Amino acid sequence: MSQGSTAKPLLAGAGTRKSRTKEELIRFVLFLCAFLSILTTLSIIAILAWEAYSFFREVRVLDFLSGTRWTPLLEPRSFGVLPLVAGTLQIVIGASLIAIPVGLASAIYLAEFASAGVRRALKPVLEILAGIPTVVYGYFALTFVTPLIAAIFPQTQIFNAASASIVVGIMVLPMTASLCDDALRAVPESLRQGAFALGATQFEVTLRVVLPAALSGVMASFVLAASRAIGETMAVTLAAGATPKMTMNPLESIQTMTAYIVQVSLGDTPVGTVEYQTIFAVATLLFAITLSMNIIAHRVLARFREVYE
Amino acid sequence: MSSDRLRRRHAVTRGFRLLCAAVAWAGIVILAVLLFHVTREGIRWLDLQFLTEFPSRFPEQAGIKSALWGTVWLITLTAGISIPVGVAAAIYLEEYSPRNRLSQLIEVNIGNLAGVPSIVYGILGLVLFVRFLALGRSVLAGSLTMTLLILPVIIIAAREALRAVPDSIRHAAFALGATRWQAVRSQVLPVALPGILTGVILALSRAIGETAPLVMIGALTYVAFVPEGPMDAFTALPIQIFNWASRPQENFHQLAAAGIMVLLVTLLLMNATAVWIRQRAERTGR
Repeated sequence: MSQGSTAKPLLAGAGTRKSRTKEELIRFVLFLCAFLSILTTLSIIAILAWEAYSFFREVRVLDFLSGTRWTPLLEPRSFGVLPLVAGTLQIVIGASLIAIPVGLASAIYLAEFASAGVRRALKPVLEILAGIPTVVYGYFALTFVTPLIAAIFPQTQIFNAASASIVVGIMVLPMTASLCDDALRAVPESLRQGAFALGATQFEVTLRVVLPAALSGVMASFVLAASRAIGETMAVTLAAGATPKMTMNPLESIQTMTAYIVQVSLGDTPVGTVEYQTIFAVATLLFAITLSMNIIAHRVLARFREVYE
Repeated sequence: MSSDRLRRRHAVTRGFRLLCAAVAWAGIVILAVLLFHVTREGIRWLDLQFLTEFPSRFPEQAGIKSALWGTVWLITLTAGISIPVGVAAAIYLEEYSPRNRLSQLIEVNIGNLAGVPSIVYGILGLVLFVRFLALGRSVLAGSLTMTLLILPVIIIAAREALRAVPDSIRHAAFALGATRWQAVRSQVLPVALPGILTGVILALSRAIGETAPLVMIGALTYVAFVPEGPMDAFTALPIQIFNWASRPQENFHQLAAAGIMVLLVTLLLMNATAVWIRQRAERTGR
């Protein structure tokens, strides 16, 4: 990394006092722009903490975290978040079942087998897949994937977890593939050459030498993909439904944490009521889960980079 | 015997290679199916009237005029705010910042911000811009929210572009007596510009498709006017698509497909521009 400190003006004292003040001013403005990112994080935390605090004055934290009935908008009201967590979990598991094997296999193909020309052709396709807006995937799930599933399993509901899981899996696939690809390519060539010299085939080299060596990077990419699937909003809102319930049947309608937040903000729940405050409690949980997963993954990736670079 | 085993081991490799290749190319198949499905559903509705009419409860008369203009307003304002701030932040981190705990904290923080779900940015925008700063459900509130959302992407891309500029250029500028800002402005930035532009375009194309934050800050779903200033209410293309897709009637689903076609063509044009800039820079530059 060519950090600024590697190159310095030779004549630090050069220039008039006026131009030096100008330099300092520019430096300060640039610093403010960079510092804005810290302010963003702080405001997210402050807002969520403040609003969640007023929610938890009405509802006990334990009731929120361990309750199995989520009916904040209907009488009798109940504020147990577990059905939303279960719905989210179902989407994450389903999406991982697609994104992890497919992403890893694609990455292995890109990093270990494909020629430079094939790489040049495949990478843009992955980039395009990654750039398709989530609302488009939601439409695709609703009008293409769901009818397809319903043709196989007639008991499928119009809104169901399966079709949302599938499109969320497709959505996080490019990220998984490209992070795994980075991890595999970071493994030094000498390890491969060594294994080949001992008579291993390409399959054995890939599975027994390269993959174990890249394991922490690969795992980190899975965590990042799962975190992305947890935060995914529009596809699950459109395709998975608005029925918070504890089920593991993927053909039924469920509701995720993100879809609930959208449902309330589209509805006419009066601002300031406990019902409305629920979105901040749910968002706080969502933020805490995804942030901790991202921090863990980035830690692992940073240590992984230290080992090989 | 042993050559039998060897043959088997090589067969396993060939099978594995084939499997991985098939899976990797499946991405293309998925992309093709998606595009084909959207086109088949939407092509019937995609005409000039679709682009020039306001939304309507009659599918035959519905169009995306307000959504299209809303998106143009939103992205123009977002670009105007996020590009200078993002590039400035990247310049500070790459060219100025001392290697201390604060700059390390900022770096880690930007990485984590990039992973915050977009709906959380929507909540931030709702409380901070719509309510606290009393901007209301305006284009400006939407643009500020989008700015915070894509800033990490712009900063990360701009830093990479700046890092790729060889140090010799900086040294040469300093040797001629340039101050740090003079070196950055007239030597480093021009070289890094194509890379920065590419990153900026990709970040903006993410902003065009983002839906959840706009739903949160309350972009309207039925707007029969074109915004005339930054304080006007607005709708945007993805919001209109979401609205149509969430209705039960088949006709509205097809309108959503037509809207998606417009959205995807826009994104494709932007991506193509980014690729074009990158390739031109590779040919003429360094």
